[in-house]
Amino acid sequence: MKRREFLKTSAFGAALAAAMPSRAMACPAGLRGTGDLAVIVERASGSVLIADTTARETLGRVEGLGDLSHASATFSRDERFAYIFGRDGGLTKLDILEQVIAKRVIQAGNSIGGAISDDGRLVAVSNYKPGGVNVFDARNLEPVAEIPAVYGDGKRSKTVGLVDAPGRRFIFTLYDAGEIWIADFSKGAKPSIQRFADIGELPYDALITSDGRHYIAGLFGEDGLVHMDLWADDPKPRRILGGYGRGEKKLPVFKMPHLEGWALAAGRFLLPAVGRHELLAVDARTFEEAGRVKVHSQPIFAVARPDGRHVWVNFAHPDNDTIQVVDVPSLSIIRTFKPGRATLHMEFTPRGHEVWLSVRDADRVDVYDTRTFEKLGELPARKPSGIFMTARAHTIGL
Amino acid sequence: MRKVWIKWLLLSSVAAAVLAGVAHAASMLGPKRQAELVYLVRQDCGSCHGMTLKGGLGGPLLPEALAGADSESIASIILHGVPGKPMPPWTGQLTREEAVWIAGKLKQGFPR
Repeated sequence: MKRREFLKTSAFGAALAAAMPSRAMACPAGLRGTGDLAVIVERASGSVLIADTTARETLGRVEGLGDLSHASATFSRDERFAYIFGRDGGLTKLDILEQVIAKRVIQAGNSIGGAISDDGRLVAVSNYKPGGVNVFDARNLEPVAEIPAVYGDGKRSKTVGLVDAPGRRFIFTLYDAGEIWIADFSKGAKPSIQRFADIGELPYDALITSDGRHYIAGLFGEDGLVHMDLWADDPKPRRILGGYGRGEKKLPVFKMPHLEGWALAAGRFLLPAVGRHELLAVDARTFEEAGRVKVHSQPIFAVARPDGRHVWVNFAHPDNDTIQVVDVPSLSIIRTFKPGRATLHMEFTPRGHEVWLSVRDADRVDVYDTRTFEKLGELPARKPSGIFMTARAHTIGL
Repeated sequence: MRKVWIKWLLLSSVAAAVLAGVAHAASMLGPKRQAELVYLVRQDCGSCHGMTLKGGLGGPLLPEALAGADSESIASIILHGVPGKPMPPWTGQLTREEAVWIAGKLKQGFPR
């Protein structure tokens, strides 16, 4: 009797194990939501980790995503799939639940991030080589449109700062040409394109605010930024914070700042200044300078905790072992600490109770309490860079 | 006449000694420092040039792309940067010998 029961159990166990391979280990119940999951890019090994941010543990690793230096991710509206944009032109649709690659295409030679349309049906990729934006069907990654970034006498520009905007639009910036383009897919697969030329020298990145109203591009070639109010009847780029460097010599820039992760807090944007040890505060209504914060070194990301009270800042090589926390109402630094060499990225949980930091050289992701600044845990990861939580699925511009 | 010749000989031997010194210094980069430089190039130069060095915001650093430039001029770009472009000067973080070593390795195909 006992023996027969044992046989039955073990046979059932074996059948179960056969039916549900490794992922069953992570979720024995077989059902789970994805709202608290994160995708962590392992830049040097072409792999990503899928992590449970509630349990603070890794659920699995998916390999074979190509060159993931500078990789980023956006999410499908149901938060089941991540679209991962690799450096080598690879666009990968990752099934987060099954922990497998659902589809992967090499769509260009050299890429720099992407975006998903407001309706979740189009995925756009920003390319350096050949310069332009390619747009795909989010379901199967079949090509929908190609937008070559042609300027001057037929040259192609690298594209940067690609974001989604309401109304099935994508906005991006041409690095070599100094232009901003709006591609409108509201009428179908063939976009209508609006071009805005002469915005300034070497725009290196851009952001869109989460209300979809303001598009801001940073310039490398001159002091200042470019602002477009997309709610205007006739949106036009205009220069803001011209001459913020006051003609002083820029410090050598060992890593370009990122504008995504921009911080709008208490009526002000905090943005990293290029080639300066400063954050620039910009009044969110007038777009005039509203102060500065002296920081440890050249800022890379200035990310607002979701409630907006604090902004966390990381820095360029060789000072990238440090994090500073800025109190927004007083524009003062309230915390400086060193998680470890090459602290590359910060991602807040959706309501901001924790922040996840990738500490590349320590092969580790650290989790901190954002109020006590206490370290709550760590996860091993191979040379981690970007951390992307699925809640990004529901924010304009992410 | 003889004096001039001696002077020339002296000068050239000084030059030879300096050159030998440079070559010596380059070969004196220990395996630990070499490993650090490989890591720096792959990871930190890689943030603009791509970790596989096939280019990004910065141009490609693969042997084909650098075939037209000698190690000295590449080293000089590494040390002094490119004015008006994002390429920063690495003087202060790298010695001339290290920059020349990196340039040489880039031309051969950079180690993993």
